[in-house]
Formats: sequence, structure tokens, C-alpha cells
Amino acid sequence: MAPVAYRVTSRTRETEDTVTIGIVPVTESIPTPAAGQFCMLYAPRVGEVPISVSGVEASQSRLLHTIRAVGAVTKALCALDVGDVVGVRGPYGTAWGVEAAAGGDLLLVAGGIGLAPLRPVVHEVLRRRRRFRRVTLLVGARSPDEMVFRGEIASWQASARMEVRTTVDYATAAWKGDVGVVTTLIERLTIDPEVTVAMVCGPEVMMRFAAAGVMAQGVAPQRVLASLERTMQCGIRRCGHCQLGGLFICSEGPVLPWSRVAPLLARREL
Amino acid sequence: MPSRESDIATPRLVIDVAGLQSLIDSLRGDGYRVVGPTVRDGAIVLAEMSDVAELPRGWADDQRPGGYRLTRREDGAFFGHSVSAATWKHHLFPPEVVSWQARVDTEGIHVEAPAAPARYALLGLRACDLAAIAVQDRVLMQTAHPDRDYAARRERALLIAVNCAAPSGSCFCTSMGTGPRATAGHDLALTELVGDGEGPARSAQVPAGAERNDAGAGHRFLVEVGSERGAAAISALRASPPSASDLDAAAAVWSSAAARVDRSLDTAGLPGLLMRNLEHPRWDLVAERCLSCANCTLVCPTCFCVDLREAGGLDPRHAEQHRVWASCFSVDHSQLHGGSMRWSARARYRQWMTHKLATWHEQFGTSGCVGCGRCITWCPAGIDITEEAAAIRATDGLTGPPTRARG
Amino acid sequence: MKTIAELIAEQRFFRGLDRDSLDLIAGCGRNVHFAVGQRILTAGEPADAFYLLRSGRAALGFYVPERGTVVVDTLGGGDVLGWSWLFEPYRWQFDADALEPVSGVAFDARCLRDKCEADPRLGYLLTQGFARVMLGRLQSVRLRLLDVYGTGSGTR
Ligand SMILES: Cc1cc2nc3c(=O)[nH]c(=O)nc-3n(C[C@H](O)[C@H](O)[C@H](O)COP(=O)(O)OP(=O)(O)OC[C@H]3O[C@@H](n4cnc5c(N)ncnc54)[C@H](O)[C@@H]3O)c2cc1C
Ligand code: SF4
Ligand code: SF4
Repeated sequence: MAPVAYRVTSRTRETEDTVTIGIVPVTESIPTPAAGQFCMLYAPRVGEVPISVSGVEASQSRLLHTIRAVGAVTKALCALDVGDVVGVRGPYGTAWGVEAAAGGDLLLVAGGIGLAPLRPVVHEVLRRRRRFRRVTLLVGARSPDEMVFRGEIASWQASARMEVRTTVDYATAAWKGDVGVVTTLIERLTIDPEVTVAMVCGPEVMMRFAAAGVMAQGVAPQRVLASLERTMQCGIRRCGHCQLGGLFICSEGPVLPWSRVAPLLARREL
Repeated sequence: MPSRESDIATPRLVIDVAGLQSLIDSLRGDGYRVVGPTVRDGAIVLAEMSDVAELPRGWADDQRPGGYRLTRREDGAFFGHSVSAATWKHHLFPPEVVSWQARVDTEGIHVEAPAAPARYALLGLRACDLAAIAVQDRVLMQTAHPDRDYAARRERALLIAVNCAAPSGSCFCTSMGTGPRATAGHDLALTELVGDGEGPARSAQVPAGAERNDAGAGHRFLVEVGSERGAAAISALRASPPSASDLDAAAAVWSSAAARVDRSLDTAGLPGLLMRNLEHPRWDLVAERCLSCANCTLVCPTCFCVDLREAGGLDPRHAEQHRVWASCFSVDHSQLHGGSMRWSARARYRQWMTHKLATWHEQFGTSGCVGCGRCITWCPAGIDITEEAAAIRATDGLTGPPTRARG
Repeated sequence: MKTIAELIAEQRFFRGLDRDSLDLIAGCGRNVHFAVGQRILTAGEPADAFYLLRSGRAALGFYVPERGTVVVDTLGGGDVLGWSWLFEPYRWQFDADALEPVSGVAFDARCLRDKCEADPRLGYLLTQGFARVMLGRLQSVRLRLLDVYGTGSGTR
């Protein structure tokens, strides 16, 4: 499946190794992604990798992607300039299903770049804030410098329309947020388990502890959603790389209820 | 002799060896590239051919866990062997194809129309091969995002099956419900009837031309038509309707072949059995033997894992993506965050076998194994998927470190 | 106004404690408030109390000459601050400062130690509560050691 061409219209440096690009269709466009879905981004002549949608401006079919440079393709994507062409396929995978949480409480737990796929949830919630009761966002990063969307997080905090807590493993003198792993913030919350939906995204170890923390407060595993990451070459159930037990993470995931993934993650090297 | 006449709903006719040659000729005339078995370097391989003389006439094969050897057979059968290491996957789902190519410039990505793939007439598919193609059809075509190249090749291909007369020691198609007789998926299915005129003294090599008719005396093929395309392919051939003795002879081939399959795999509740034994010590034992050579995935006719690789070359405006076979036995198959999700051979063997026999059902509503036995024959360590499954069944629920005393 | 016993009964640290034990413990407590930036504990000074934070935020840190105060943990509502009062030599190991206005209850260490000695059951319950807090803190430190946000390159 060949990608369609998009053009980079903005480029924001988030951290030392992470960049957010805004892209618009050159001519043809892909269907509008839902929060939680990902696209296969193609850096011309370098390669194609799965990257979550970190923002959608449906009116202009503009997509935002936040990319951490870890290897050949992600480095090439981070090096794109405004005006450059990038290939896009998608959107693929399951969405968070923000609507399912309407009328109740929403708890978002993000670790590192895991905030990227959750950001469209925040945008959606803020657009229709009254549909939700309590909304809480917990963000963890290794250090203040490595936290993505810092400016936007500050504005969410300032708006007081949701509770936002940030924490880092290693603080600097100027840091005003919390210090400690993001999961310790969970036990400080008062959670109404019957009406809470939790969405967690970050490194797998962090998600395991986060899910355990949320469930310790009585939230049922079906109400805890996690976004999993596995190697993916195609995004469409064909390359075979992303299997976890019988699941193809690219299409049955990446967003899955904890009740489904817990037994699989409990098996080493599945 | 049980006559299986009642279950044959398709038109049948009989051709001789010259008729088979005419079939090859007419297919080639219609633009097909005919691919069939032939002997090369001491093994049966699949190759493009134009003459029945290229078929492995008079050859049989001896297959067992970790072993393969060609042997002579006395009756001059063209198809008296079993499955080859190479699969038809090489032609329908080749090891490397261009998945798309484009010119890239500041104005966009201009995808170039893909070249039409070759049109193959595959001659000599076995029942398990047809079953494997049906499995690949599900995985690659009957999905939300079909594989364009595979679909194009499938659409253009003509499948000519040959019913097995001599299953090998690795075959277990009867357990998987896939053979040895071709019942679905073929355009044509042949049953080779080696006539009485074919004595032991017959040379295996039929010189092209002159002797052909002669060599075919009594040597004939019952042809069953499985599709309109198959009917069209033989419409111009000189053929006769089958006699009662032809049908009896064919039925005898079918039933004796089925009786010769002596390897078995108990499939009752197999997915559940394997998935509840993910920590069984048998995985450790098999991991000690497995070389992670990936032979099993290379010879398996249903394995579909691929990498998508950039192959644009030197022209800075040319982009090209290749679809290349991959294997779950390689460590980087599940590479993530600078590490592999399955770094131990134990985990990779477990992934392969549970995928074939268990999770495939969940994903595609069918077994991922068709019982062709290739992985058994071509494993240098002689690891046998049926034996592994049986060992786990015999000690269902066992956990903890392996004890070497066992089997 | 709520009594100390009522205030602490709502806190997760004391969840499940019976009325009598709560009253005993509350007898050693007093309400405290700290303004932003105010010092709560200082490393090396006698550990004569422990704090239950009801609201606000505090930072636990250590003064490193070349780097200034390095914050190693932050605490919030419901958290317990200070366990040096339990063990000899009863001196604080870290500094703690209020990051936001803190309201809480301070429990007098000598008063508590005396009551625990007189009533081993109470001593056991309290020690168990602290053990739980310490375990949670230890796990969170271990989790940080895993450095889960790194790319992990070269780890295998
Ligand atoms: C559903 C999904 C959503 C994702 N969303 C984002 C996102 O929003 N932003 C983002 O920056 N990244 C995201 N990723 C991860 C991203 O796809 C990988 O970082 C990328 O594939 C690495 O490719 P590369 O060519 O740059 O690195 P490679 O050269 O392939 O590898 C470089 C390093 O990255 C590791 N690596 C390889 N593949 C992956 C992988 N799939 N995930 C993680 N590490 C990998 C390698 O082990 C190696 O250490 C997502 C992955 C998935 C599966
Ligand atoms: S798993 Fe082995 S026996 Fe089964 S289809 Fe594949 S190669 Fe044949
Ligand atoms: S099972 Fe055999 S063929 Fe397959 S990877 Fe292991 S050693 Fe190779």
C-alpha cells in the first residue's frame, strides 16, 4: 500500500530528541483519525513507521504527529522541514473511545511520549467539557526537559478545567511539579471507581504499574484502557510483527482494555 | 475396492501423457508460465517447464524428521514423490516483491502503476498445497486491506493439482483434514494412473518428441475439472471419458494414499491445550535443540510474515518499497526499544508453533498448519511439530524446569 | 470544627483502624500549617514528630553543595512525611519544604513511642502502616531505577 503525500506546515521542537510536525494533504487526504489511532508515516527514501496522531484539526485536515528520534526513520521524520513532503497511510488501529467515558470521570495517565496519543483526548474533552465529570491528567517524564507539550500542559493547568499533575523522576532546581514516578500520583487521587474510565499510555512497565494502581482503587480492568506498542511494518494485519498471543496490536489495538492484555503481558516474551 | 464415484460432482475425463504435454503446450500458448516439479541437485524443486520430460519421472522421496533423500521408483510415475522443500508460495507470494514504487519530489509522491505479475499455471500442487493457498487467501485477500500483488497473482494463476499417491513419512494431512486428495480450490486435479504397460525397465527420461506417445501407453491421468477456467484449459485437448476401470483405479490411488499417511496430530482442543501450556517445560527442551535457523518458516506454505523495506536505489527521486519474507525465528522480528520482545529461542519456537496451531484459529478462523510436513523434514535438528504437540498433550499442565529423563 | 480523631479517620494511612486506636493516636496530634517555602524538617535535626499531610504539597530533598537542594520525592494530600522518629538515632535524614500551602497533623514522637510501648497492639498497627508506606516508596524508587523512559539501547 503506497502512502499519500502530505506537506509539513509546522515543526515544533518539544524536547532535545522529540519534534511535533503539522502536516496537510498535498491533494488526496486520509480519513480523519480518531483519538488513539496511528498513521504509518513515510520519510521518503528512508522508511515507514507507526506514529500516533497527537492532534487533529479536522477543518483543515491537518494532522499533528509527535516523533521521538530513536532510529533511522524517526530521525529522518524529525529532520523534516516546513514545506517538505511526507507520506501518510492510515488511520489505523483502535481509538480510545472518549465517548464511552462521557457522563463519568476520566483519568488519563501518560508517561514520556505516551502523552502524544492522549493529547487528542484532552482536546476532545476540553471541546465538550460539560459531557464529563471529573477529568484528571497525570503526566510523568524522566526530567523536566524531557516532558513533551510543556507549554500546553501549563495552559491546561492554568485553565483549571481539569486537574493536571506532572511528575518527573529527576528534578531540576526550577521544577515546580512533583518528583517521583507517575504511579504514586494515582494513590493520592480520590477515584470514584464505578464511573471512572482510565486511559494509560507510556512505557509498558509504567502502564503495568499504572493499571495496578488504578485497579487498586477499585476500577474494573475493563474500564482501564492501555495503548500497546509492538514492532509494526504494515499496520494492517499483514506483516505479522505485532502479534501478542492471538492479537494483532495494529488492528485489535493499539488501544485495548486491560482485562484483555493483562493475561498476555503476564507471559514473558509472548 | 470402494468406489468414490458418488462424491465426485465435477466433470471427469482421461488424458494420456501426450495429453499432458498438450496441456502444457496449450497453457504456454495462452501466455501461462508453467511451473512444476523437477529434479535438481538431488531434490525435487519447482521450476518453469515446457516438457513432460522435465517432470521427476521415476523418482520418489524418502522424508522423515530432519531427513530427505530421493529414491528411484520402478513404475515410471511422473508424480510418485511427495511435497518439495520449495512451496508454491514462491510464485504466489514470492520472497521479495516491489510493493510500490514512486517518484518523490517537492510536489508529492507520484506512485507508478505496478507492473502486472507473471501468469502462472502451477502444475503438481498437492491437496495440502491447495489448502495452504486457501489459508493464504484468507490472510492476504479476505481482509480489510488485501495484498495487491498476491491478489493479482492469484487472480491470474491456474492451479493444477495432482492427487498424492505416495505421501511421505512427514505428511499428516489426514489429521488436518487437508488431504491427500484434492477436493477444493483446484482448477484441475489429476490422478496419475500408471498403466500396466509401464514396466520397471522403462527409462525415467522420456526423450522429447518421438517416444512420448509410446511411453504413454496405458499411462494416463484422470482429470477432474474444478472450475470454468480449468474446463477452458482442457477444452481443446484430446480426451476420453473415464471408463469404470479408470475410476476404480483412481479410487484405489486415493484410498491407498490415505492409508499410507501414518503420522498424525491430535487436533482435538489443540488451541486451548497449547495456550494453557505456555510455561510448559517442553518449550525449554525444544529450545535446546532449535537452531533458530528459520528453515521451518521458509518451507512452510502458510507463513506470511514480511518486512517492508525501502529500496529506492541511487536515483534521489525514486522511492520503492519491497515486501520481503521475514521469520519469527529472527530476534529482530519483535525488536522494540533496543531490545527484542522474544529474545530466547524458547519464546520464538513457542510463538511459531502456537501461531500455527492455536492463535491462527482466533485470527483467521482456520488452522495455520495444513499438515504438509515440510517443517519436519527440513528441520536440521529433526524437530517434529506433531511430536511436540503430542508431548505437551501427554503432560498437560506441567510447569517448572524440564527434566531430561523424559522422552 | 472537626476533632483530630475525625480528621485523621478520613485519611488513607489510618484506614481500617478502630476507633480506640484512632483516639489514642489523635491524642498525640495537633494541627499544623506551613506556608509556601516554609521548612518542615531539616536533615540532622531531632526527629520529634511525623506528619500526615491533609492538603498541599511538600518536597523531600537533600542539599548537595555543588547542586543546591536536589528534590528526590514530592508528597501530597494523604501522604505521611517522616519515619526517622521510629528508629534510633531519631534524626531527620532529609529536608522537607512546603511547595504549596500545607495543612496537616503533626504527631508527637515521644508521646506516640510511649503509647506504643504501653500498647504493643497499637505499636504493631502503626509499624505496619509505616511498613506499607515504606514499601510503596521503595517500589517507586525501584521503578525509577528501571529508567522506563529511556530508549534502552544497548541493554541487551
Ligand atoms: C502504535 C504505535 C504508535 C507509535 N507512536 C509513536 C509516536 O507517536 N511517536 C514516536 O516517536 N514513536 C511512536 N511509536 C514508535 C515508533 O514507531 C518507533 O520509534 C519507530 O518505529 C522506530 O523506527 P526507526 O526506524 O526510527 O528506528 P529503528 O532504526 O527501527 O530502531 C531504532 C531503535 O528503535 C527501536 N525500535 C524499533 N522499532 C520500534 C518500535 N516500533 N517502537 C519502539 N522502538 C522501536 C529499535 O529497537 C532501536 O533501538 C509508535 C509505535 C507504535 C507501534
Ligand atoms: S507448520 Fe509444518 S506441517 Fe504445518 S503447514 Fe507449515 S510446514 Fe507444513
Ligand atoms: S524448528 Fe527446526 S527448522 Fe525450525 S528454526 Fe528450529 S531448527 Fe530451524
